[in-house]
Amino acid sequence: MKKKLNNHIDKDGYYGNYGGSYIPEILYNNVNELNKKYNSIIAGKAFRKEFESLLKNYVGRPTPLYFAANLSEQFKAQIFLKREDLNHTGSHKINNAIGQVLLAKHLGKKRIIAETGAGQHGVATATVCALMGLECFVYMGKKDVERQAPNVSRMKMLGATVIPVLSGSQTLKDATNEAIRDWMNNTENTYYLIGSVVGPHPYPDLVTKFQSVISAEIQQQLKSITGEPSPDYVIACVGGGSNAAGAFYHFIDSDKTKLIGVEAAGKGIDTGYTAATLNIGTPGIIHGSKTFLIQNNDGQITEPHSISAGLDYPGIGPLHSFLHETKKASYLSATDEEALIAGMNLTKKEGIIPALESAHALAALEKIKFKSNDVVVVNLSGRGDKDLDTFINYLNKKENA
Amino acid sequence: MHNRIDKLFKTKASNIVSIYTTAGFPKLNDTLSVIKALDKAEVDLIEVGIPFSDPLADGETIQKSSTIALENGMTLKLLFEQLKNLREISEKPVILMGYLNSVLQYGIEEFYKQCNVCGIDGIILPDLPLGEFEKSHKQFTDKYNIHAVFLISPLTDKKRIVQIDKLSKGFVYLVSSNSTTGKTQDPMKATEQSIKEITKLKLKNKILIGFGINNAKTFNQACSLANGAIIGSEYIRRISNSTNIEKTTIEFIKEIKTGIYDHSIK
Repeated sequence: MKKKLNNHIDKDGYYGNYGGSYIPEILYNNVNELNKKYNSIIAGKAFRKEFESLLKNYVGRPTPLYFAANLSEQFKAQIFLKREDLNHTGSHKINNAIGQVLLAKHLGKKRIIAETGAGQHGVATATVCALMGLECFVYMGKKDVERQAPNVSRMKMLGATVIPVLSGSQTLKDATNEAIRDWMNNTENTYYLIGSVVGPHPYPDLVTKFQSVISAEIQQQLKSITGEPSPDYVIACVGGGSNAAGAFYHFIDSDKTKLIGVEAAGKGIDTGYTAATLNIGTPGIIHGSKTFLIQNNDGQITEPHSISAGLDYPGIGPLHSFLHETKKASYLSATDEEALIAGMNLTKKEGIIPALESAHALAALEKIKFKSNDVVVVNLSGRGDKDLDTFINYLNKKENA
Repeated sequence: MHNRIDKLFKTKASNIVSIYTTAGFPKLNDTLSVIKALDKAEVDLIEVGIPFSDPLADGETIQKSSTIALENGMTLKLLFEQLKNLREISEKPVILMGYLNSVLQYGIEEFYKQCNVCGIDGIILPDLPLGEFEKSHKQFTDKYNIHAVFLISPLTDKKRIVQIDKLSKGFVYLVSSNSTTGKTQDPMKATEQSIKEITKLKLKNKILIGFGINNAKTFNQACSLANGAIIGSEYIRRISNSTNIEKTTIEFIKEIKTGIYDHSIK
């Protein structure tokens, strides 16, 4: 963030053709206020000092860049894992939650609302709200409340109110709708803490900037390990796309580094049970942003499917739509099954149980032909504790088969 | 060019009753029968909602009606087919209200062209930014004689109100409070203050108040502050279980107009 980078966003919040702010008038003031103030607040000395201090002392940054020798041998490349799973609360989501809660405090907002899919963003938000003494309400699809029970308990223990969302597909999309509606009904005292690089401008940029600490650290760490700050590949899973945006950020204009996003194919991209937005979607408007989304001919947003609650989203951050269109990044996909296998593989080979989201990124290692000296960074966005049930069910099924 | 919204306001500038209904609700083929009933009930303006899977600005009641309409098989394409005979059954001004994504997927020019073919007089797209309207829509609303109506909220600042008034045609839609549709407790409190401010700005457009108007009392309050009011959720609630939409509609509008039914004391 210190280095002036071309972040590819114009003054109206568009990355090329994507982004912008498609919001009802009721939210105009809130979004406009945020838009006018965010850059100067987050660039301010006091803000930076507090943010960096919390990332270091509370979150435990920098997270290790771990050379995975066994994976490297398996895939015949130099594979490093960026260990975002070792952050406090177990994923990269905390980077953004801390940044935005500090921002909310600067804006004088006392009530924080958030949406969550896997519950990682909800937990991160509830955690920072507990730390800062702010009221916290988390919207979560009913289906996700059920499949991510440990995270629901954590949020409650942290003092947050978890509101199960019964509308639509009862997953992240609908949780986001409800959070936005809450915001419309409580504009004056409420800050909406979006968990991914989605939503109306300036959220995609804001969240990208808070997450860009990931690629900044990768550069420094790689330089000290290999002498060269840019890897040949950065691989990250993409739902809304915040961990990928953070892992890609400092490499977006690098000629050397290939950026690989991995979407959740669900049961397969042609099955109708998928969340692979860039692979099968078309441009439209979702949650206040123009971007790719999965929709039918009538413009109705389709219910996505992924085994991973954090990737089960029919849209994608506008930055990724832009990187996709301009071919600055490539977007592969991994099925539920491929992710489970890759997650088990990491567990057995390296002794690390990854989140199902991150397991999608690992699954891409099978799909790319590397040269043996290629330096490959996989962003291990979260840990797998929350997904144990899913992993265990899968193993049991396999044993019984 | 002749537009029924302008024609309405030429002859009537107060106590305007505008009713919102969701297309394809309660049954797929009810769109025209509901319009016919509203016509018979002598409302002044009819707003037809294009059902959308993710209606961000709508409260629970209208959301639910959208979901039902979509389950019924409603699409924008089908709506235009249903509306082909609109002008055989009513001469009331009709406005389509929906979300931008539906229009983008249908095709912007084609959308306004079809509106014109069916005799639609205006559109309300709450998530269409003003800048994007000017850049990509205005040429077509002008070409096809469709009035674009924009919303203002009690938080909208003066400069922006003037800008919105400039781009709106027919009327501006004043949101009674900062909320989604149908959710308001005391909708008129904030509105009273903003109307005072807005009146000073001497807008070119008429003002209709919407969100939270659900009975004769709130309707009368709104009419005392502006040119009329828009009722959505309460009407949807009434027709959702109705066995006789025409009768329900006529009774409801009568209640609203004469104040014999006060929802708040029930």
